[in-house]
Amino acid sequence: MALNSRTPSGPIEKRWDNTKFEMKLVNPANKRKYNVLVVGSGLAGGAAAATLAELGYNVKCFCFQDSPRRAHSIAAQGGINAAKNYQNDGDSIYRLFYDTVKGGDFRARESNVYRLAQISVNIIDQAVAQGVPFAREYGGTLANRSFGGAQVSRTFYARGQTGQQLLLGAYQALERQIDAGRVKMFPRTEMLDLIVIDGKARGIVSRNLITGEVDIHIADAVLLCTGGYGNVFYLSTNAKGSNVTASWRAYKRGAYFGNPCFTQIHPTCIPVSGDYQSKLTLMSESLRNDGRIWVPKKQGDTRQPQQIPDAERDYYLERIYPSFGNLVPRDVASRAAKRMCDEGRGVGPSGLGVYLDFGASIERLGQQAISERYGNLFEMYERITGDSPYSTPMRIFPAVHYTMGGLWVDYHLMSTIPGLFVLGEANFSDHGANRLGASALMQGLADGYFVIPYTLGNYLASASLEKVDDSHAAAQSAKSEVTGRIQKLLSIKGKRTVDSFHKELGKYMWEYCGMGRNKQGLEGAVQKIRGLKDEYWQNVNVLGESNDLNQSLEKAGRVADFLELGELMCIDAAERNESCGGHFREEYQTPEGEAMRDDDNFAHASAWEYRGEGQSAALHKEALTFEYVKPSQRSYK
Amino acid sequence: MRLTLNIWRQKSPTDQGKMVPYSLDNVSEHMSFLEMLDVLNEQLISKGDEPVAFDHDCREGICGSCGFVINGVAHGPRRGTTVCQLHMRSFNDNDELYLEPWRAAAFPVVKDLVVNRSAFDRIIAAGGYISVPTGSAPDGNAIPVPKIESDLAMSAAACIGCGACVAACPNASASLFTSAKISHLGLLPQGQPERNTRAVRMVGQAMEEGFGNCTNIGECEAVCPKGIQLENIARMNRDYLVGAALYREPQAEGGAG
Repeated sequence: MALNSRTPSGPIEKRWDNTKFEMKLVNPANKRKYNVLVVGSGLAGGAAAATLAELGYNVKCFCFQDSPRRAHSIAAQGGINAAKNYQNDGDSIYRLFYDTVKGGDFRARESNVYRLAQISVNIIDQAVAQGVPFAREYGGTLANRSFGGAQVSRTFYARGQTGQQLLLGAYQALERQIDAGRVKMFPRTEMLDLIVIDGKARGIVSRNLITGEVDIHIADAVLLCTGGYGNVFYLSTNAKGSNVTASWRAYKRGAYFGNPCFTQIHPTCIPVSGDYQSKLTLMSESLRNDGRIWVPKKQGDTRQPQQIPDAERDYYLERIYPSFGNLVPRDVASRAAKRMCDEGRGVGPSGLGVYLDFGASIERLGQQAISERYGNLFEMYERITGDSPYSTPMRIFPAVHYTMGGLWVDYHLMSTIPGLFVLGEANFSDHGANRLGASALMQGLADGYFVIPYTLGNYLASASLEKVDDSHAAAQSAKSEVTGRIQKLLSIKGKRTVDSFHKELGKYMWEYCGMGRNKQGLEGAVQKIRGLKDEYWQNVNVLGESNDLNQSLEKAGRVADFLELGELMCIDAAERNESCGGHFREEYQTPEGEAMRDDDNFAHASAWEYRGEGQSAALHKEALTFEYVKPSQRSYK
Repeated sequence: MRLTLNIWRQKSPTDQGKMVPYSLDNVSEHMSFLEMLDVLNEQLISKGDEPVAFDHDCREGICGSCGFVINGVAHGPRRGTTVCQLHMRSFNDNDELYLEPWRAAAFPVVKDLVVNRSAFDRIIAAGGYISVPTGSAPDGNAIPVPKIESDLAMSAAACIGCGACVAACPNASASLFTSAKISHLGLLPQGQPERNTRAVRMVGQAMEEGFGNCTNIGECEAVCPKGIQLENIARMNRDYLVGAALYREPQAEGGAG
């Protein structure tokens, strides 16, 4: 099937308005006749479910957590971008658009990014009206900060808990609709398959995580708002429950997977401390505004950081990138840290860490000022490591944080399966090969509040949907596949735990498909992962039963899907013979070690089609054209 | 270090449940409490025993999924810290620990350390929001909000809904949780139109769920991992009083169409 991105033409600033006008509308009295399933209750899902219910659609919303308020969007710390230009410092919709296309290393669709920048201003208005307590100035106006290297102050924030507050805003809007009877909420319920009838997405198969019941939900459209798949690396900053299962099931039913190898490695996380480590903790990027990053100039310098005089420190980001310094984009900062550690200049017991030092800022601004800005983050760091960043420099190391890849969607956020829409981090998104800081919250909410209400209506108004119910053969066969898979996992009764497989997969992914990748390593990793998958289905040990709360069984299903995804990620990374954004192929770098893009051969989004067990996935390419922001070498020097 | 763990095991809501002792060696001080339980669970699975069920997700102290009682204290010994952020350096070699789920009639046990906290969602659904349909918002800077009020609202809004306040309260009251949301929204100009009815409806829902009353004991504040303060309860009581005194049944008059 040829990819049709349905990207509008005409002047870029008119594209979304024109598209909205051309879209068909559903009569207000008819909206309640349509059933919509929203899977996931984070920023994208919560916003979409609430907004669609306000419009009058009949909505069912699903989340695996015990409450929709706990979706992983809650963990975002730093902020949300919007082109409000409240600071009068030269920001505009066009500049946010420009920065995002460039920051994504020219691997995103211009039309989508422009729309995102346009909508950004509405998101702030909506959130403020909901009571999101953004930081304010003494005069009562909204405060902004510069974030992640942006040259303007366009980031809105609520202490270090912006994701939490925006999510609670969406959650409260959702609860209002639940109370009004327009949304039926299914917490502790996991989507385990997609039901496709006559080529259209018509429902899902879910499992109640408390009772183990497997149910069919038929609907007119399905929205996947199920987040990213960073947990394929086992260690990431994602919540433990975050998984790819909903997306992967949809992929196996015909939705193409876009740019699976595009993952973001965040430069400022707390380093790994031991084998028992279960997850990694992010320290907000805002810390780089006042912290200076350094390693000792000498290799293998084991002195305490305070004993290393300034002259023997290498503030390497300031040295290599004098104009952006410590504020270079995430991919650049992460790779530089890796290079320092590869050179043997890493710090801490494992040698996998660099210092983030607040000494100079504390001297300049005083401890009080630093504490007002970062107090909660410093406390968190101290709780985890036992060291106080007020007196000892933080140790940080990059960690997997976000996945720019995801299910391929067109301009309407519809996947290659009609009626299946994908929102937020779950889609292959507007961030290209690298996401800028404070843009994830923006995208999730843009998709949920302001894009899907229009595009879903257009689909429903123009699709002819036959009436079907649970008894349809496709629904029944999807359900029996789900129960068969659960029984299979419980019946293997092998010798290894689910986690041990997951950790092994994570090691391969981090080593071969992490910050630096090369063809040979990737090809080897594909073989290793295939072997691991074969072993998994013969030797995994899942205890307990299928008819109660069984956390091992939940994990087992998710890891089975991660094993397949990991293979596709390596294949995609090996196929893309260039370096761009978070995808750094060691064979393709400039003499200074910077990423070397190949716009002649790789200015496209890769969309992978599943062709059956044992068959290799087919690659489709969506060519990317840049009419407004001309591709250039990203330079932060 | 070496630990003795007495953990509440309960197979299902109807099961009786009991404390079961486990011993665990080689616990590193750098582990988080939940990582220590992960290690225990891996050992249990290898022996063919079912692992201990506990709720957790972000492990960064923000999602509010985790929480249980350690030696009688909700979220354990370190103040202002959820169990996922509690590290084993807070304990000593040969400590004996007792782990129990939140105990409250309104939080029935699901399994082991997992409880059902959906009552909290229903309290929010009863009025913990500002009714503003998507698209109908004025410009973000149209209504200035004094920084002091905005900061107070933020402090109340920091609640993560973990339920420790209920577990710690001798009355199993949800007052700290309920009042945090009532304060957050009631302190902001945007929250004024629904301020009184919000308090009446949310407090009413908390009663209906079977949570107890507040008798100013303050255990909730002491265990709250986010430092939500008792003064929120005073604000809630004020709004409830005013709301109850002014309460009118909504009246709809025909004829608009």
